[in-house]
Amino acid sequence: MTVHNRARGAAVLLAAALAVSACGGSGGSSGGTGGGTGGTGGGAFSVALNEPDHLTPGNTSSSYSITVLQALFDTLVVVDAQGKTQMRAAESVSSDDQQTWTIKIRQGQKFHNGEAVTAESFADAWNAAAYGPNAWTNNYYFANIEGYDKLNPEQEGAKPSADKLSGLKVVDAATLQVRLTAPFSQFPITLAYTGFAPMPKAAFTDLKSYDLKPIGNGPFMLDGAGWERNQRITTKKFDGYAGPRPAKSAGVQFKIYASRDTAYTDLRANKVDLLQTIPPASAAEAKRLFGDRFVPTASGTMDYLGFPVFDKRFASPDLRKAFSMAIDRQAIVDAVYDGTFKPMRSLVAPLVPGYREDACGEPCSYDPAKAKALFDKAGGLSGTVNLYFSNADPSYEQWMTAVANQLKQNLGIADIKFRKIPAADYLATLRAKKEDGPYRNNWIMDYPSPQNYLESMWGAGNRMGWENEKFTDLIAKANAAPSMEASIPLYQQAEDLAIAEMPMIPLWNWQDQAGYSNKITGVAIDAYSPNLDTISVK
Amino acid sequence: MRYTVQRLLQAVPVFVATTFLIYVMVWALPGDPILALAGDKPLPDNVLAELRRHYHLDEPLLVQYGLYMAGVFLRGDLGETFTGQPVGELLADRWAVTAQLGATAWVFELVVGIGFGVLAGLRRGRLADTLVLAGTTFVIAVPVFVVGYTAQIVLGLNLGLFPTAGTDEGWPGSYLLPGMVLGSFGLAYVARLTRTSVVENLRADYVRTATAKGLRRTRVVGRHALRNSLIPVVTYLGVDFGNLMAGAVVTEGIFNLPGVGQQVFQSIQLQEGPVVVGVTTLLVMIFIVANLLVDLLYGVLDPRIRRG
Repeated sequence: MTVHNRARGAAVLLAAALAVSACGGSGGSSGGTGGGTGGTGGGAFSVALNEPDHLTPGNTSSSYSITVLQALFDTLVVVDAQGKTQMRAAESVSSDDQQTWTIKIRQGQKFHNGEAVTAESFADAWNAAAYGPNAWTNNYYFANIEGYDKLNPEQEGAKPSADKLSGLKVVDAATLQVRLTAPFSQFPITLAYTGFAPMPKAAFTDLKSYDLKPIGNGPFMLDGAGWERNQRITTKKFDGYAGPRPAKSAGVQFKIYASRDTAYTDLRANKVDLLQTIPPASAAEAKRLFGDRFVPTASGTMDYLGFPVFDKRFASPDLRKAFSMAIDRQAIVDAVYDGTFKPMRSLVAPLVPGYREDACGEPCSYDPAKAKALFDKAGGLSGTVNLYFSNADPSYEQWMTAVANQLKQNLGIADIKFRKIPAADYLATLRAKKEDGPYRNNWIMDYPSPQNYLESMWGAGNRMGWENEKFTDLIAKANAAPSMEASIPLYQQAEDLAIAEMPMIPLWNWQDQAGYSNKITGVAIDAYSPNLDTISVK
Repeated sequence: MRYTVQRLLQAVPVFVATTFLIYVMVWALPGDPILALAGDKPLPDNVLAELRRHYHLDEPLLVQYGLYMAGVFLRGDLGETFTGQPVGELLADRWAVTAQLGATAWVFELVVGIGFGVLAGLRRGRLADTLVLAGTTFVIAVPVFVVGYTAQIVLGLNLGLFPTAGTDEGWPGSYLLPGMVLGSFGLAYVARLTRTSVVENLRADYVRTATAKGLRRTRVVGRHALRNSLIPVVTYLGVDFGNLMAGAVVTEGIFNLPGVGQQVFQSIQLQEGPVVVGVTTLLVMIFIVANLLVDLLYGVLDPRIRRG
């Protein structure tokens, strides 16, 4: 009797284990065959990626989404490796007064579903992004187009009185006229941002499914299942592509990783062909292993140390400069980022037109003796100094620790405490101006213009609570300048003002490190795009 | 039968309490998940308000919970992630991955763990025993992520015995190495538990009696000693099945398996209430069912429990 019982127990157990593994087994193998797998064969290659948030151009500012969108879409203009604006989907972007812009769209371009790319495709996409109730991430980028306030009423819960920007006028299929609220000389370069990409009519019948299977006008189109969340996004070459950059491969498969360390291991194991985010800690090893196939690229991303200027303890520009001169940027970059990041003496990144290597001069040079003298002259600091950063990446705490040690050593500040804040709470803290000490500030470039840095971070309503009328005027003048070239000196003057008062210290400029397998050639990654169309498979 | 029904009914209050507690905890986390959606970039106030309305984040806690539960029971709608994916669909996708990983790890710790334990117990004080003891101590002492990364680099990358990451090869290929890493900790416990239990039972009176009756040693050990030795081990294995599901967070991260553990980690960071509650509820169910199975299995192993 007991023998029976025991046998039954074991059988149940075994069946349960088998059932679980069997159902999973079929799931796994179907996933494997579904998407052309691992980038092997067929002239396609694979790119490592983190999970994007959205794939609708107007609704994402995630760098991972943008990598995919740059393959699927052609924007009106692009920025080339030298930082110059080049036409892509547009024939020309011109204006006489920097306020009314005429965009001529190159004819003969098609979306992946065969629809023609016209002025309307752009107007539709921009209206949708600017329409408040859609709540798309890039809404803000359309704020300087006339009629934006009608789509985004100030009052909470109020219904917008319009759903189309009055500043957008479709003159004919090839001509789009844009009227801005104020002159803006940098307008053409902003159009390189994927948030300004066109959308076909077909998108608007079901925006939810469009987000998973976006239809673009670029050299690659989605293939098969489209975006398989957390696993892969498979694309193939778009045969109907008539633009200037046809794909040199049969397709790209984006393989989605949760951690870049794992992605790097897979790159080493030849399981993925291109990884754009080799962890800084592995830079030296990757250089050795990949040789020529290790590609460091300057990035537009900058780290800063911002001050709560609204707090009277930090109201003195001399005190803020003393902080800046007490920080040994090179030593920190060497220790924390293995020397891959570049210490900065400018508020804008090197790849931005108008960048001056030593815009800052003495206030950004490491000089402990002068720093201490300046600090004492400014009256020093009493009480605890709190340093704010988020827990999004462990390296933030590492470099803040170094900064704290240098401040202790060079300025004699005895009482320094860390305020390490959950990532989801960090921006809320800064937004509410709850910080009472220096904080980590980071900027990811949207488009290579000094305006993108200066006006966004030092302009009206900035986080520091810094106010300077002359600065605001200079920016407005630069925005209204008759050309990009003419605007640069004005932006530089504004930058000088921001340096003289130093409400925020520039620290260092990021560097991206890519590596690729020996299966692919023609890799031409630059700071603005991975240029996946140029890659061919051996 | 009555016992089973009773146990299942007990699960209802546990279910309600857990979901509510989890909801409160996610809600109580500091910060504004919506504000963090666009990274460092600004979002206009009306967009923020619209998003908050969409996810009911502008309602009081109890209303939010009520709306969520109403959605679950009336429409079978588990909510939506911040990227617009229905949670039900997301769990369906991810559950299979975690179940395969958990089952692989579980079978591994069951078979190898009991094997090592019995071996060590029968050869107490000899080389095999010492090796098992030393090995398991080592495994327990080293953190899972160290074991994970080391196994990935050495066995996956350098020796090429296993795929380094991902689910491209499906089951079992892609799950063997992560399963062994995940199961290693439990394996060590199972082995040590089995060993102690076997050693104890071999000294028990009934074993001496059985030997005195003239039964063969294989029968004494296999039929009498082992069966009694397995009771504490089964308890542990039952509870551990739930643990494995929850412990998959680290392993799934290292081996890039898009399972529930990985999701829960990301969702807690993003403060995605519906996902966290959905996943946790399922984990609770698994714990309840696993414990129920253990209790029922006792009866099979030891009739005294069933009758009492």
